Amino acid sequence: MTVPQPKIGVIRFPGACDDRDALWALAALDADAVFIRHTDTDIGGVDAVVLPGGFSYGDYLRCGALARFAPAMEAVAGFAAEGGLVLGICNGFQILCEAGLLPGVLRRNESLSFVCRDVPLVVDRVDTPFTSRCSPGQTLTIPVKHGEGNWFADDDLYAELEARRQIVLRYAEPVNGSRNDVAGVVNEHGNVMGLMPHPEHAVDPLLGSADGALILSSLVEAARERVLTPA
Amino acid sequence: MRATVLVRPKEGILDPQGQAVESSLRQLGFPVGEARIGRVVDLEVEATDAAAALAEVERMCEQLLANPLIESYEIELA
Repeated sequence: MTVPQPKIGVIRFPGACDDRDALWALAALDADAVFIRHTDTDIGGVDAVVLPGGFSYGDYLRCGALARFAPAMEAVAGFAAEGGLVLGICNGFQILCEAGLLPGVLRRNESLSFVCRDVPLVVDRVDTPFTSRCSPGQTLTIPVKHGEGNWFADDDLYAELEARRQIVLRYAEPVNGSRNDVAGVVNEHGNVMGLMPHPEHAVDPLLGSADGALILSSLVEAARERVLTPA
Repeated sequence: MRATVLVRPKEGILDPQGQAVESSLRQLGFPVGEARIGRVVDLEVEATDAAAALAEVERMCEQLLANPLIESYEIELA
């Protein structure tokens, strides 16, 4: 029996810049990766969706605040509500927070400086569709490049998220002022994740690290399982 | 009817932009206290009366103009 290739859609918003890297990385990790236009109202039977990094709609008003009105985002919200797998990277994380699909908000970095470097990340949870290939407590090296990655939740919300184990990735050192060094969170049902680091820029040792492939191949694998055993 | 919306970082929320401006003003010799930076949105609203306009702009603030996790807002009608 041949192993099916899961179809993973990468949404292209105006102002996105990491859409091609995300498509390339997913294809290299054996997914049938396809672009979805922001104007598409139908996301066409994909097994997972990736919202790539960039500066959708020029980051006007607040990062991610306008992208949530794109027709494709309504389809993504419906897909997520039905348990579909959604991964938001950097600007994709900001969009998911503004759309209310993930908790918290990404604010201006505490330093006010754009940060662009490899950072060490600790994996808090490996029982998610996005981290199943990692080991508990593993440290990953994945680059960040953002001006607004300072994740914030107030005390009550943060306590709820801790209690429900929704924090998945943390920076192993201060990066942007993010509360408790949070780098990636999942929604309550665990089918939507957002992270500020860019796994699609770290899928080959030639790029300095292949640790990002652990995140993306976890997603490809989880999407493949959904092809084999549809919900 | 014209509406002006003032969006501010909520009290207690760290405002690094405000801090940077505050320290720059001090360097210029202005002995300022805490500086906080928000945003102004001027709008033309179609509404029959002030109460309706206010309700409309409040909905705009809740849905888009402010992020209630970190920002508060004030609405002025003219």
